[in-house]
Amino acid sequence: MTIHETSAVRGMADHDHLKSRRLRNRIRHEAIQFGVIAIVVALLGLLAYAIKSGLAERGIRFSFSFLANTAGFDISEGWTLASGESFLPDLTLFSPDMTVASAFVTGIFNTAKVSILAIILSTVLGTMLGVGRLSTNWVVRNLCFWIVEFVRNTPLLIQLVFWYFAVVLRFPPMASAAHFYGLIVSQQGVYVPSLSWVGGDSMLSIALATLILVSVVGAIFDPVKGMRRICVAAAVVCFALLFVTGGAELNFPVANKFKASGGTSISPEMAALLLAIVVNSASFIAETVRGAIDALPKSQWEAAASLGLSRRYTVNDIVLPQVFRVVLPSFGNQYISLTKNTALGIAVGYPDLFNIYGTIANQTGHSLEGIIIVMASYLILSWIISTLVYLANRRLNPTGVPR
Amino acid sequence: MNLLKILTGGVFAAAAFGAAQASASVLDTVKQRGVLNCGTDNTAPGFGYLNTTTGQMEGLDVDFCKAVAAGVLGDASKVKFMTVTDKSRFDAVLTGQVDVVFAHTTIKPARESSIAIDFLPVNFYDGTGLMVKADAGIKEFGDLDGATICTTQGSATETVLTAAFKARGWKDSKVLTYENLEKLFSALNSGRCNAMSTDKSALAAWAGNAPTPTDYLILPDTLDKSPFGGFVVANDSKWRNALRWIEYGLFQAEESDITQANLAEKLKSEDPFVQKFLGVDGGYGKDFGLADDFIAQAVKAVGNYGEVYDRNLGPRTKMYLDRKGTPNALWTQGGAIYSPLWN
Repeated sequence: MTIHETSAVRGMADHDHLKSRRLRNRIRHEAIQFGVIAIVVALLGLLAYAIKSGLAERGIRFSFSFLANTAGFDISEGWTLASGESFLPDLTLFSPDMTVASAFVTGIFNTAKVSILAIILSTVLGTMLGVGRLSTNWVVRNLCFWIVEFVRNTPLLIQLVFWYFAVVLRFPPMASAAHFYGLIVSQQGVYVPSLSWVGGDSMLSIALATLILVSVVGAIFDPVKGMRRICVAAAVVCFALLFVTGGAELNFPVANKFKASGGTSISPEMAALLLAIVVNSASFIAETVRGAIDALPKSQWEAAASLGLSRRYTVNDIVLPQVFRVVLPSFGNQYISLTKNTALGIAVGYPDLFNIYGTIANQTGHSLEGIIIVMASYLILSWIISTLVYLANRRLNPTGVPR
Repeated sequence: MNLLKILTGGVFAAAAFGAAQASASVLDTVKQRGVLNCGTDNTAPGFGYLNTTTGQMEGLDVDFCKAVAAGVLGDASKVKFMTVTDKSRFDAVLTGQVDVVFAHTTIKPARESSIAIDFLPVNFYDGTGLMVKADAGIKEFGDLDGATICTTQGSATETVLTAAFKARGWKDSKVLTYENLEKLFSALNSGRCNAMSTDKSALAAWAGNAPTPTDYLILPDTLDKSPFGGFVVANDSKWRNALRWIEYGLFQAEESDITQANLAEKLKSEDPFVQKFLGVDGGYGKDFGLADDFIAQAVKAVGNYGEVYDRNLGPRTKMYLDRKGTPNALWTQGGAIYSPLWN
């Protein structure tokens, strides 16, 4: 472009000729682009037509109307959206009377639930393992090394089956379940006491709850360390007050013949899937973190040491903040891949999106429509994750600031 | 541009393939290929099971595959067993991956109305049952209120259980589904499942093959009936009719007392019915697109229905399911195994 422009300055006589050539180039360029798009659209249309006529010849109906049918099958756990009295849909437990669409929503809910927990836990565990691999302590360093190596080099599916059949299902049965302070650990699941709101709409309880919320937000986001500590203390005090004044109470699980009622629980299937995915992803994240720490100039450590910072402060305040700027995009990849890995839940009977799709496809016979919904759902989940990672990355790495 | 060529080629090939598939009957495809691709389970003792000591597939469904191969191709060994799961079996037939599926599949309306498959006649009458660990103190279905009951994904049992809970007004009972019977049985053993639910024959088989069969108790309740049938892709009556009459042939052979052992003798029989039935003089095969001796071939390969039953589910097997007094007996003995008229 610039070469043409300078030559244009040299001889005005060439100018018109050049201009028309540039126009021709542009037209040709755009015509090619347009042509490629048209061919792709035509091909997709042809493909859709071929599929549709193929299905019609075999007498298979292609329609999404089955989504409104009553499901008629049960799902072992999970919440869904159902139209309630208010304008917004209510979040309720899935029941077989609901529609097939609700069953899909339950699947998306279960997949999202495991993914979000796994993203948080694997980031924490992965960072710890990654830093641990560079520890000065021989035992810690080698332990982290072997955990990471072992987990990274065995298939996730096998790890999942191991966690489920060899670990989680070895918990005691309900009759002889382990009880610790209201916590029940059994093969029917892990039950923890839950909080329930009994304050109604009394002003004192609502004020205390608001205070707790504000101080929790402060404890996480306040930039001053001292303030964060005060916020934590305030939250604890308000929480205690809420109990004393009868605004909230703990719901302890009670063991029944087959399972426990009350409290909240984590099913064995979810526990196994979460364990497998967290440990697996953490080992990949650990390698990313270790690589990024290794890539950091040695002078950073030396400078910190010469300022007299302890190793803990060096890692927490000098090394990790720089590392997180670099590794965030790789973390994003790992988050997306772990979200897709939750589809392995079917191996242990966890009702994630793909598992529920299997049931729906079999009970309704609409497997093609179902798989389109499943693929679109995973695509949207992945997009959401990559957008969030992009936003976090933009916040951590403002443009123009050198790394 | 290269990519584009490949893409266009792929689409046209797919369209052409779809068209070619639609016009020819599976019967012609199988005869041309010379091998029958038969979908069976390999984890269901008595029906479709890989015997680990012999390395051979065994079971009632497996024998039906062999009978079809013998009837269509004249050679029972020309069959390739393809494993299907409860979940994959319908798609396997729809995509043409297998020609026919015999995989203890319950015949029910939704499957024929919305999955574009056609069922073959019932080859085993079963019912949905429940099995618990003998030491669990559970004696009948009524004891299971609030329990976790497990089954396989995509099975008819999934909806049968849900309906049974609803009928009794049970709110806390849960259905947990696994991929296959193997995982389901492990989950029962581990204690995760309070009960395992599937067809009674499969329950008997799993208990019978366990190291100590007395550890398990099959509850007396039958939640629903469960008639099994093979199935083929819909709208291919040429293929479906050929298979139906091979199956009826096995039923009729039992009724007419034609067995694997006396077949050679019967082939020399003077009885005009037997002569036509076995294709010695005339026969029924031609108009179906089969050889006239198709029934003789099938009986030679696996025996009549009664022999197939006894080999896989009879008194000498571990899972022994008595035929007497059940719908699985021949109609002449009060059962429901009935062949239409051969005339």
